[in-house]
Amino acid sequence: MSEVTNKKVFQILVDNNAGVLSRISGLFSRRGYNIESITAGVTAEPTITRITVVTSGDNDIMEQIEKQVGKLVDVRDIHELKPDESVFRELAMIKVRANADQRENVIALTNIFRGSIIDVSNESLMIEITGNSGKIDAFLKLVSGYEILELARTGVAGLGRGTKNVIYLDKLV
Amino acid sequence: MIAADAIVKCLEKEGVEYVFGYPGVAICPFFNSILDTNIKTILVRQEQNAAHEASGYARITGKVGVAVATSGPGATNLITGIATAFADSIPLVCITGQVDSNLMGSDVFQEVDVSGACESFVKFSYIVRRAADIPRIIKEAFHIAGTGRKGPVLIDIPIDIQKAEIRKFEYPETVNIRTYKPTINGHAVQIKKVIKELNKAKRPIICAGGGVHLSGAKEELRKFVEANDIPVVSTMMGLGALPTEHFLFYGMVGNNGQAYGNRAMNDADMIIMVGARVADRSVSQPDLITENKVLVHIDVDPAEIGKNAGPTIPLVGDIKHVLEEFNKATITADYSLWIDKLDGYKDDTQNASRRKRHMYSSTLTEEEINALTVNPEIFVKRLSRAMKKDAVYVADVGQNQLWSCANCVIREGRFLTSGGMGTMGYSVPAALGAKLGAPDRQVVAVCGDGGFQMTMMELATMKQYNVPVKIVVLRNNVLGLVRQYQHFTYQDRFSVIDLGDSIPDFRKLAEAYGIRYQQIAAVEEMDSGIEEFLADDEATLLEVIVDPKLVV
Repeated sequence: MSEVTNKKVFQILVDNNAGVLSRISGLFSRRGYNIESITAGVTAEPTITRITVVTSGDNDIMEQIEKQVGKLVDVRDIHELKPDESVFRELAMIKVRANADQRENVIALTNIFRGSIIDVSNESLMIEITGNSGKIDAFLKLVSGYEILELARTGVAGLGRGTKNVIYLDKLV
Repeated sequence: MIAADAIVKCLEKEGVEYVFGYPGVAICPFFNSILDTNIKTILVRQEQNAAHEASGYARITGKVGVAVATSGPGATNLITGIATAFADSIPLVCITGQVDSNLMGSDVFQEVDVSGACESFVKFSYIVRRAADIPRIIKEAFHIAGTGRKGPVLIDIPIDIQKAEIRKFEYPETVNIRTYKPTINGHAVQIKKVIKELNKAKRPIICAGGGVHLSGAKEELRKFVEANDIPVVSTMMGLGALPTEHFLFYGMVGNNGQAYGNRAMNDADMIIMVGARVADRSVSQPDLITENKVLVHIDVDPAEIGKNAGPTIPLVGDIKHVLEEFNKATITADYSLWIDKLDGYKDDTQNASRRKRHMYSSTLTEEEINALTVNPEIFVKRLSRAMKKDAVYVADVGQNQLWSCANCVIREGRFLTSGGMGTMGYSVPAALGAKLGAPDRQVVAVCGDGGFQMTMMELATMKQYNVPVKIVVLRNNVLGLVRQYQHFTYQDRFSVIDLGDSIPDFRKLAEAYGIRYQQIAAVEEMDSGIEEFLADDEATLLEVIVDPKLVV
């Protein structure tokens, strides 16, 4: 057994059946696989859902994840989104406490990160920021001097670059 | 036509002969419609047994077994049977009634989320939401259960859906599940690699698992090993893949297996796992089977390959197909030195066990014990030898199972047991199902007095439908395997293992159910007792008195 723990992103294409997300997350939990984030959304083909899972573990666990998930009857495809061949994005909504004096500063930071202000009140600002997880982490670190009232992160979504690894949905139907 | 009519029509189209089940309101539309078909129904006495009976039937016929129960407690009772089938990859379609679909989720009477509860031990499950989906779902369910790595599929059908009208019934000819396409044919390149390695190997061994039976590949395996003189060991689930007294068979492996079988595995330079999971009970140290060895792992389920041991050559495919391909190849290597060595191991162990005074941890002398009780190992040997060539031996769980696997003589017959889950009480209902599946074969269930008391209510089913199963209860008034564990691990601090001396009186019990009773209480009664027990084809309960202090 190898001891090296690494992080991987898997893209899973599933039939949009009732209970499919619970089947996948249930499989992870009962076999003791780690889920760092999981996102799901319907694809251009409404009967197929794309699930992106960020997970970590040693190589043997990674291989088992791929095989055990691939074995589920309603899973069409699972493969790794390799970091250098893929693009990842995550969206975060951050509500910070900021009065009129502090507002300018927060807005400036947000602009540097190409985020946008999506809600303002007398005492708070809501920031939307999109990017890979590292960028969001960096931004959160920067605004940690302010009081973060609420934070919502979507988890990672990803796609492979170019046309090499495209799975054509019309061939699945 | 209502949906319930469609369900039973689908079962007819699938060639279902028996439905094992227990009714309740939520499944009544189904049981009403089944009256209009030729499908025979078997009323079990507890739903768990419906799944076990369907399992015994499936394993003997090679068909998919069908178990049906009602919602709520009916469904939860079925669960142990479903999990048992899942652990041993037995193909079942289990149908449960469900409360009205408009009431689902509101905790009404006899509602339980059975598909949620079973999620981790079914191959797939359906909750039927539209009556029109029924033909497709049932077609898919049988296909999923019976192909690839087999297993149980659950279909939960709300009562209002069962009663809903279906405008036009059409049973699909083919299945097209875009997400489910099991690999059947082994990869040609990998097959060639295995043959090449076999030609290089000096000490190859095949370890046969339950997959050999599930894929119906016994003949192919035998042909392959006989043509090339390759020795074979088996897991518990693989027992019977080769006759136990075959000149190339070197016993069962694992912590309950034969020492010479394990020694053979350790000394081999090439191991071919055929439809075996490399599970903890058969290979306790997976690292050892890869060390300085070529490991070939053949399985229809790619997820099993590399799960516990990384093979040199992974080979995904149906065992029967792969062995057919092997049989086309030529192997020139000569393994006779290796076989001589293995024969030596076998003799060593057998001599050692003959020398072993006895396996008792008893205060009585061997003679005293023989006078009062029957040695179960000798009993199993004599019983199985006296059984018909193609008989089915169904072993339960516990000490009796270990005595059975180590001593049962299997020729052309089958050895069935709950290997993966170790479900006590499996043998009696599984034997009943097996006998219905193969009425012309002799079927013998061998269990302990603990396991028997978990499913003895099936004596009523046996009597009612006149299913002549032979049942052996090895009686020691104790939960022997737990006793043995407490003897070694807790220094004889025995806890909750005593079944009570002579409770129940099995003679009266058999009489109450209208089943013939027989007893063997001492060694000298053994041979005549076995002869009498097997003489005819009538359901018989044979009580064999065994010393409670035995250890396996």
